[in-house]
Amino acid sequence: MQPINEMKLEFLSKSSNEAFARVAAAAFASQLDPTIEELADIKTAVSEAVTNAIIHGYENKPGIIKMICRLYERSIEIEISDEGKGIEDIEQAMQPLYTSKPDMERSGMGFTVMESFMDKVEVRSKPGEGTTVTLYKAFGALDKPMTGN
Amino acid sequence: MEIRFANRGSTLIASLTGELDHHFSEYARNKLERELFKATTRNVIFDLTGLSFMDSSGIGVLVGRYANIQKLGGKAAIICRNEKIKRILEISGVLKLMPLYEELDHAIKALLIA
Repeated sequence: MQPINEMKLEFLSKSSNEAFARVAAAAFASQLDPTIEELADIKTAVSEAVTNAIIHGYENKPGIIKMICRLYERSIEIEISDEGKGIEDIEQAMQPLYTSKPDMERSGMGFTVMESFMDKVEVRSKPGEGTTVTLYKAFGALDKPMTGN
Repeated sequence: MEIRFANRGSTLIASLTGELDHHFSEYARNKLERELFKATTRNVIFDLTGLSFMDSSGIGVLVGRYANIQKLGGKAAIICRNEKIKRILEISGVLKLMPLYEELDHAIKALLIA
């Protein structure tokens, strides 16, 4: 499927860019007229992926993070990649509460939050080469369950 | 992000405003920690109603502080009305450690009784 629009950003692995990246992704997604809820989901998931790239991928050393956003008719695909350390065991890294950095008060909930807020999360990684996280979300597609408030 | 503090007896109310992500987590941790170790503090209420954004970095900050509050024999509670933040608190298990309230008065009452 061909995207109807696409954008690509490259930025330094600085923590001040976490807010920049999530706001940029949400601003681009807003072309599809998503709900405020859906935009908040995107912001949260992007923030988690970019934070992982900074803390785990580059281990707080300088590096470049790439973010590609592709818009389809009613959905978005966001690819966030680093050329950092990579993940040895992806399955383990995605386990709720698993963290390789408990001393830094990391909660180990990053991937779980991404999976909870997006429709699909894919992780590709090679130790020593880097990691790419792809987030997918469809807008207003399904009948959303009522939350009761 | 900003944190303001108020006291109600031995209960410290920490009101967080703005966005709590990894970038601000160290600032939040240090600021909360300094206040927590004051002798007047026993219980702590984290008022998150002013937060417009929080991701899992915020969980690390809250759980880390909770551990210290507990060591000092205190209790903690959270006030939050933002559905997204509530979901993160819920899936990460934070609500098993600290009860969630929508109103400050309810949280204060609950900490007094408990």
